[in-house]
Amino acid sequence: MSSNLTLRASVLSFVILALFLVTWHIATRGTAATATMDPEYAKLMGLTATTGKSAMPGPLDVGAKILEHLRSPFYDRGPNDKGIGIQLAYSIGRVLLGYALAVAVAIPVGFVIGMSPLMNRALNPFIQLLKPISPLAWMPLALYTIKDSAISAIFVIFICSLWPMMINTAFGVASVRKEWLNVARTLEVRPLRRAFTVILPAAAPTILTGMRISIGIAWLVIVAAEMLVGGTGIGYFVWNEWNNLSITNVIISILVIGLVGMLLDQALARVAKLVTYPE
Amino acid sequence: MTERFISIESIARRYPKPGGGETTIFDNLWFAMNKGEFSCIIGHSGCGKTTVLNVLAGLELPDDGVAVVDGHAIEGPSLDRAVIFQGHALLPWRSVLGNVSFAVSSRWRNWSSDKIRTQAMRFIELVGLKGSELKKPSELSGGMKQRVGIARALSIEPKILLMDEPFSALDALTRGALQDEVRRICIDTGQTACMITHDVDEAIYLADRIVLMTNGPDAMIAEIVENPLPRDRRRIDLHKHPDYYALRNHLIDFLVSRSRSFKEDIPAGYDKRHPPIVRPTAQPSSPGGDDARNAA
Repeated sequence: MSSNLTLRASVLSFVILALFLVTWHIATRGTAATATMDPEYAKLMGLTATTGKSAMPGPLDVGAKILEHLRSPFYDRGPNDKGIGIQLAYSIGRVLLGYALAVAVAIPVGFVIGMSPLMNRALNPFIQLLKPISPLAWMPLALYTIKDSAISAIFVIFICSLWPMMINTAFGVASVRKEWLNVARTLEVRPLRRAFTVILPAAAPTILTGMRISIGIAWLVIVAAEMLVGGTGIGYFVWNEWNNLSITNVIISILVIGLVGMLLDQALARVAKLVTYPE
Repeated sequence: MTERFISIESIARRYPKPGGGETTIFDNLWFAMNKGEFSCIIGHSGCGKTTVLNVLAGLELPDDGVAVVDGHAIEGPSLDRAVIFQGHALLPWRSVLGNVSFAVSSRWRNWSSDKIRTQAMRFIELVGLKGSELKKPSELSGGMKQRVGIARALSIEPKILLMDEPFSALDALTRGALQDEVRRICIDTGQTACMITHDVDEAIYLADRIVLMTNGPDAMIAEIVENPLPRDRRRIDLHKHPDYYALRNHLIDFLVSRSRSFKEDIPAGYDKRHPPIVRPTAQPSSPGGDDARNAA
């Protein structure tokens, strides 16, 4: 029954995809050649006006371009012409670095907040105030203090990944079942061992949820941050191709950004599955 | 009573009331237990019997008075006193073996993993879970989970076994089987044990002495009932013993009416420090408790 459902769902998915592609193709197919015009004027107007070809690329154009990118994803011909693979690698590198720093700070701090009602009360106003700030608002301050655009981008990733992880860790730690803590108490388990053998495994699913939210936000933010700081990265690539008026490349970037975001999320979902326990 | 292994001396526990002031759960509570003895504390919900157990476990400290175990005042939880929790409280991410090993390795911190495993397996076998040691708690039935809880508590070889209504969430058949198991283990090993229950039959079958607590707040120990049934009693012919109904009626009568009315009608000569010891028997002139008959 369930395999039947999976099959039907994938068939439906393919139908929807095919419909979308066909609609796209038809919509961008272009009309017949337009009225005759002065050749000089036609040259100025470009293909759009003379052959009736749409400026919006169709699925075939995009497909051809994807193949081209796939053939040499890592070429490097100067600062304004790098392969999409290199640009992606820069973005992923920044996200992972900023994210790793955030993990290193958010989980221990979240642990302390979750364990101590005093720290919870004391730090809560700060977290509530800092959490809703758009990470990009930090950018000028980061650029001014750090004086390095690459590190500033990493900082922005760090700051936006921090809050969901910290809040979820604190919540997970604070809501560990009292009876499990009582088991540890009656067994005279020392605080450090208790933290690692009881509280951490008990809170792990909640912590992983926070980590998944954070990686999603980090991947959203990196595109915008790289548009601002420029130089390298998929965000910069999108903006650069917009300036080049290569809509095909913009579409491909959008697709790739979605794909990488999905893979990052799925990777953490796998880890979450490992630490989840049925009760 | 030459050897007072556990002695609760004048303990009190109070909670702040929501509107100010204090609710006294109990006050000036005294009783003692001997080594190797199985005691049950019986009372209605809210009488503070769980609080008494938590004080013995060290999970709560009394506001007044002191609980002494083996000559030492209780200042916190200790590996000498193992607790079997009502809701089994197994760590769901650990297997059966992992849960018991966790306790064993907490007890003997420098043991090798082989030794820990051997000790854990010994107690898993004792409660009849051999073959399921690698299962996670979620794969076990309620009764099996509570068996793991028992194995975990016993594996640290505690001086006292404390049980907070351990079988109340189980069906009657499983409950009976686990009572047999606990009784066998406690008698075989001379384990001192204290169990909270509101099940009269459970208390009759398991306990050597039954502590009757009146309704809270301001709960008191009305009396301590000595079980007149022979120590080698068996579940199947328990009810044929001549003293069985005297005891059972006495306990039921207490739960039904006297637990409520005791405070208004405190018997002459009642001393909180030495609650009367009663031994309900079929013979009216048996030593220690001739008033028990009339109660039924």
